Amino acid sequence: MSELSVNHLLGIKYITEADIQLIFETADHFKEVINRPIKKVPSLRDITIANLFFENSTRTKLSFELAEKRLSADVINFSSTSSSVTKGETLIDTVNNILSMKVDMVVMRHPNPGAGVFLSKHVDASIINAGDGAHEHPTQALLDSYSIREKLGDVAGKKVVIVGDILHSRVALSNIFTLQKLGATVKVCGPKTLIPKYIEKLNVSIETNLRKALEWCDVANMLRVQNERMDISYFPTTREYTQQFGLNKQLLDSLNKEIVVMHPGPINRGVEITSDVADSKQSIILEQVQNGVAIRMAVIYLLASKIKHNED
Amino acid sequence: MLSEYNSELPMSQKVLLNATEINIALNRLACQLIEKHDDFSKTVLIGIQPRGVFLAERLKTLLETEYKIKNIKLGYLDITFYRDDFRRSEKPLEANKTKIDFIVEDKNVVFIDDVLFTGRSIRSALTAVQSFGRPLEIELLTLIDRRFSRHLPIQPDYRGRQVDAINGEKVKVCWKENDGEDAVYLVKN
Repeated sequence: MSELSVNHLLGIKYITEADIQLIFETADHFKEVINRPIKKVPSLRDITIANLFFENSTRTKLSFELAEKRLSADVINFSSTSSSVTKGETLIDTVNNILSMKVDMVVMRHPNPGAGVFLSKHVDASIINAGDGAHEHPTQALLDSYSIREKLGDVAGKKVVIVGDILHSRVALSNIFTLQKLGATVKVCGPKTLIPKYIEKLNVSIETNLRKALEWCDVANMLRVQNERMDISYFPTTREYTQQFGLNKQLLDSLNKEIVVMHPGPINRGVEITSDVADSKQSIILEQVQNGVAIRMAVIYLLASKIKHNED
Repeated sequence: MLSEYNSELPMSQKVLLNATEINIALNRLACQLIEKHDDFSKTVLIGIQPRGVFLAERLKTLLETEYKIKNIKLGYLDITFYRDDFRRSEKPLEANKTKIDFIVEDKNVVFIDDVLFTGRSIRSALTAVQSFGRPLEIELLTLIDRRFSRHLPIQPDYRGRQVDAINGEKVKVCWKENDGEDAVYLVKN
């Protein structure tokens, strides 16, 4: 096994445990590369990658772009706010126009769930989903589990609680799939209104008391409250949310064990997590960001090796 | 493992070097290195992954135990991400560990690999090592030099044995620690 079972990374749902392990092993090598004095390898010098961001992003876009450049790929960027999408062009037309400029791979973020899957059926390029609506965000989940593996040695057998806005979170869904494929147990914790109705069908248990959830877990992944996706009020006030589901130092120190604290970013300091927790030694938030580049390099490298070389 | 290797493939093979001959060659190579590099204070050895590492470790041990040279710096260099056949081979290229915990800047670098064939690996290694600084000089040591098969103008500075092998033939280097015996075979398919 040294090849991914898929030609696109559309979601964790579509890949196997062996794929995840292969990505992790490859990322180990790239992590070593990005800590060298010269952090660049020439592997992908004949590959062109388009980053299509139909939705705002800072760190994911930077992380992908850095990963692509560290692999020596040529990179073109596109964001919908400054493009013809506002003039009424369809997704397939936009992408086919870009592909006619000989692009081999597309990294796409899109507000609509399933946009990546749709695109992969209609265009001839390798697609990486960088977040599609509230559906999946596979590279984030991979780097989260990779960071747990790095911190705790293994993901199998670990207990992970995902706290916060599960309903609007693509990070939550991809994390659930990844963690379960790697043999971890997953619990979600948050206001009832922000927990999807059928989440238990995914073998995920629900806990509405944060203290109980934290006492159970080895790792707590604190999600951001996604105000921009909320069409109605899901909880009375931000202050009330913080009191019930915010992680502070006092609560963390009162637990009878040391847990690992994660956050996919961007952090609303003082809402889902206080500053002293975010900056504490139990937090691996900045490690997650560093691992993000290594994981994305691994995914791009492995997918690019499946693009057939053009002999002409 | 060599026994597996034999049972799987029905082929004829000829011994090029036996354990004693390998030992003589290793000692000669070690002495040649000392002639050039003296106490190795400005020299680093780099084994090319995956198979050059065994030879590099042997030479290091030999230099330290038989010739009492201390503080030999040895690193492993993986060239996977620098190869020129990415997307051209059937199987994806699998990486190995790179372990270079010293600076190669202004050092005399000796690349160590078991077999020099087309020279493409060494070409990749020349690019790869630049990520760790600008060496003063780079030399190449190989146990087996396959003559007449080079694709690039690359020649070894130190060689154990020169071999004339045609393209269909394979040179297989076995190490006690990995394959159960010290031997070099010429394998005909």
